[in-house]
Amino acid sequence: MDNAKAHKLKKNKKKEPPEDSGPSVLNGAGILINTLQDLEVDTIFGYPGGAVLPLYDKLFDNHDINHVLVRHEQAGTHAADGYARVTGKPGVVLATSGPGGTNTVTGIATAAMDSIPLVVFTGQVPTDLIGNDAFQEADIVGITRPITKHNYLVDDVNDLEQVIRKAFHVATSGRPGPVLVDLPKDMLKTEGHYSGLRKVSIPSYSPTEKGHFSQIKKAAELLSDAEKPLIYAGGGVVLGKAWNELTAMAERHNIPVTTTLMGLGGFPEGKPQALGMLGMHGTYTANMATTECDVLLAVGARFDDRVTGNLEGFSPHSKKIHIDIDPTNIGKNVAVEVPIVGDVKQVLPEIDEKMETPNTDKWWQVLNQWQEDHPLKVPETEDTIKPQQMIEAISDATNGDAIVATDVGQHQMWTAQHYTFNHPRSFLSSGGLGTMGYGFPAAMGAAFAHPDRTVVCITGDGGFQMTPYELSTAVEHEIPLKIAIMNNQCLGMVRQWQELFYDERYSHSILKKGNPDFVKLAESYGAVGLRATTPKEMDDILQQAMEINDKPVVMDFHVEEHENCYPMVPAGAALNEMVLEDK
Amino acid sequence: MNTTQKPVQTKEQKHTLSVVVSYNLNALSRIIGIFSSKGFEIDSISFGSGKESGLARITITTHGDEQIIEQITKQLHKIIDVVTVADLTYESFVERELALVKVKASNSARSEIMQITQVFRAKVIDISPGKLSIEITGNRDKIDAFIGMVRPFGIIELARTGSVALKREFNGSV
Ligand SMILES: Cc1ncc(C[n+]2csc(CCOP(=O)(O)OP(=O)(O)O)c2C)c(N)n1
Repeated sequence: MDNAKAHKLKKNKKKEPPEDSGPSVLNGAGILINTLQDLEVDTIFGYPGGAVLPLYDKLFDNHDINHVLVRHEQAGTHAADGYARVTGKPGVVLATSGPGGTNTVTGIATAAMDSIPLVVFTGQVPTDLIGNDAFQEADIVGITRPITKHNYLVDDVNDLEQVIRKAFHVATSGRPGPVLVDLPKDMLKTEGHYSGLRKVSIPSYSPTEKGHFSQIKKAAELLSDAEKPLIYAGGGVVLGKAWNELTAMAERHNIPVTTTLMGLGGFPEGKPQALGMLGMHGTYTANMATTECDVLLAVGARFDDRVTGNLEGFSPHSKKIHIDIDPTNIGKNVAVEVPIVGDVKQVLPEIDEKMETPNTDKWWQVLNQWQEDHPLKVPETEDTIKPQQMIEAISDATNGDAIVATDVGQHQMWTAQHYTFNHPRSFLSSGGLGTMGYGFPAAMGAAFAHPDRTVVCITGDGGFQMTPYELSTAVEHEIPLKIAIMNNQCLGMVRQWQELFYDERYSHSILKKGNPDFVKLAESYGAVGLRATTPKEMDDILQQAMEINDKPVVMDFHVEEHENCYPMVPAGAALNEMVLEDK
Repeated sequence: MNTTQKPVQTKEQKHTLSVVVSYNLNALSRIIGIFSSKGFEIDSISFGSGKESGLARITITTHGDEQIIEQITKQLHKIIDVVTVADLTYESFVERELALVKVKASNSARSEIMQITQVFRAKVIDISPGKLSIEITGNRDKIDAFIGMVRPFGIIELARTGSVALKREFNGSV
C-alpha cells in the first residue's frame, strides 16, 4: 500500500538562526521565542489564554515555529508526547494559566510514567498576584511536582533563557521526562537579556552514562556461561536509541529476546530471536522463557507489575543483570545480581564484546517447541469480524511499516500481539499510566513529525470518545491519519475482567446504548467515515482508507462483542500460570 | 540455584541522612514529596536557610531496612536540586537536637528543677511566677531523658527541632 502523501503543513525547513543571535534586550516573550528557535523547536502544541497572550502576539508574525492549535490542552500534551516518541526530540506544549495548566496534567503524568521528554510552558498570573487566588490562578508547579522530572517558576526575566535551556537539557538527558516551566504574565512582558549562550550549568545534575567496568565484565561472564539466557528489553531500548546494539548482540550470540509493551519495535519482530511480548498478555513462549531462563538480561526495563506478575514466581531460577540509566529502577522491585547504571546504548556493545557465545542449542529446542505448541491464535470467521483479525488486516495493509498509536484496553493488547512491529519509535501507547484518550492525539502529534509516514490509531469505542474533538485539528491541518475503532460496544477490557472475576456482572461497562454513529461523527468534522461489519467490508474500507491522503479517516469496525484477550496472567498470579483460552 | 526473589529482609534501623540542596522551597517540597508519594517515613527533618551560599543543608532522620534506605537515598539523589546525599549512619558524626520546655514550677519545686537543669547542662531561659522555660540541646536520648525527668512537675508546652547532623572529621576524642 502506498504511503500517505505528505500533507500540507509548514514543512520543517532548514532553520534560520534567530533574528538576533548575539546578546540583546527583548521582552520575555521574545526571549522565549528566540531560545526555542535556537533549540531548534519546530512545532508547538498549544492553546491561548490571557496569561500567555504576549507570547501569542509574538507568534502572530513568527513563521519558523509551527504552532498547532489543538482543541484541548490534554490532547495537546498527548500530541507533543506522540511527537516526542517518534522523533526522540522533546515535545513542546504551551497552555495558559489555571484551567489551561490543569488540563495538561493527565498528559504530563502519562509522559512521566513512560519517560518521555516534554517541555510544558504554562502561563501564570503576574508575579504580584501569585498567591492571591487571582482569576485563573492555579499552583501548577505544586500540582505537577510529583509528575514532572523537574519544574520551574520563572520569577526574574533575566533567568528566563537559562531556565528554558535547563528545562530542555533535563527533559532530554539521563532518564528523560517532562519538565514544566511556569511563566507569570509580567515575565513575558518585561524586558530582559537574551545571551544566545548555549552552555547549561546544573552542578547538581549529572546522569551516569558509562557503565561500571567490573560489573560489565561480570555480566559478560554470566552470559557466556548461560545455558538458558534471555534478554528482556524495555522502553529504555527505544528511548536510549539502542535498537541496533540490541539486535547485533542478540543475533551474534543467538540469544532470545522478549520485549515489554514499551519495548515493542526495539527489536524487530521478524527476527528469529524474537519471542514477542511478555507479561500479563504476553506470549506463552515469552512468559515460559522468563520463568525458565537461567540468566536474565534486563535492558532499560523496570520490572513493572504488569510484566512480572507475582514477584515470588518471577523468573525464579535466573541470575539477573539489569542495565538502566536510572539507578532508582535497579533493585526497586526485584533483587539483581549484577546492577549496571548506565546508558544502554553504551553498555550493551561493551558486554557484547566481552562475552563469548553461549551454547543455546538445547534452549532453542525448548523455545521452538513452545512456539509451535502455543502460537498466538487468530480466529478466522466469515460473517463477523474477530478483533485479532482486524489487527492482522491493519498490519498487512500497512506492511508493518506504519506508526501505530493505541488507546488502552483489549485493542491495545491485541495490537501489541498481532501487529508486526519492525521499526523502533513506531508504537505509541500509554504503558505506564494506561491513559485512555491518549491514542488519537498522540497519533496526530506523530503525524505532524512524520508527514510522509502512514500513521494509524487503533482505539476502542470507549477510548476514542475521550478525545474525539481533535478531529477538528486533524481536519484543519489535512492530516491523513487512519483511526481504526475496534467497536465492541463496550469497555472491552473492563468487561473481560467482570466476566472472568466478577461473575459476569457488567456494571457500567456497556456502551451500546449511547454510542454515537462514528461515521456521522467523522463526517460532521469534515473527516471521512467508513464502517465495516464483515471481513470482506473490513478489507474494502482499509483499502479505501489507505488511499485518502488529505484528511483523517475514521473506520468503525464492528467486531465480535464477547471476544476476550488471551493469553492472560490473572493479576497476582505468576507468569507461568497464564490462562490460554476461554474455559 | 534458587536466588532470592524478595530483597533480603534486613533489620530496620534508624538512619541520619544529610542532604545538601540548592536553596529553594521547591526542592524542599520535592524532598518531602518523595517521602509521602513513595511511602517512606520521616522521623524528623530540619531545613536550614542557606540563602547566602545558595545551598541549604537538610537533615533527615528516617528508618527502614537496607533496601528501603537505599531507595530513599537514590530517590533523593534523583531530585535535580539535590547536590549530595550522605548517609551518616555508618560514619562517625555529631548530631544535635534542640528542645524548649516550659514546666510548672511552684516555689517548692523550682530549685529541684534548676538542679536537674544543671545536671543536664541545660539552660533556664525564662522565669515567670510558677513557670520555667528551659533550653536543652543534645542527642535524642539525652533530650528524652531530660523530658522524662521534668515531666512529673507538669510540662505546659514543649517544642522540639529535628536533629541536625554533620560528619565528624577528626576521629579522636574532643
Ligand atoms: C482515563 C482512563 N479511565 C479509565 C481507565 C480504565 N480502563 C482500562 S481499559 C478500559 C476499557 C477500554 O474500553 P475501550 O476503549 O472500548 O477499549 P477495549 O478494551 O474495548 O478495546 C478502561 C475503562 C483507563 N485506563 N483510563
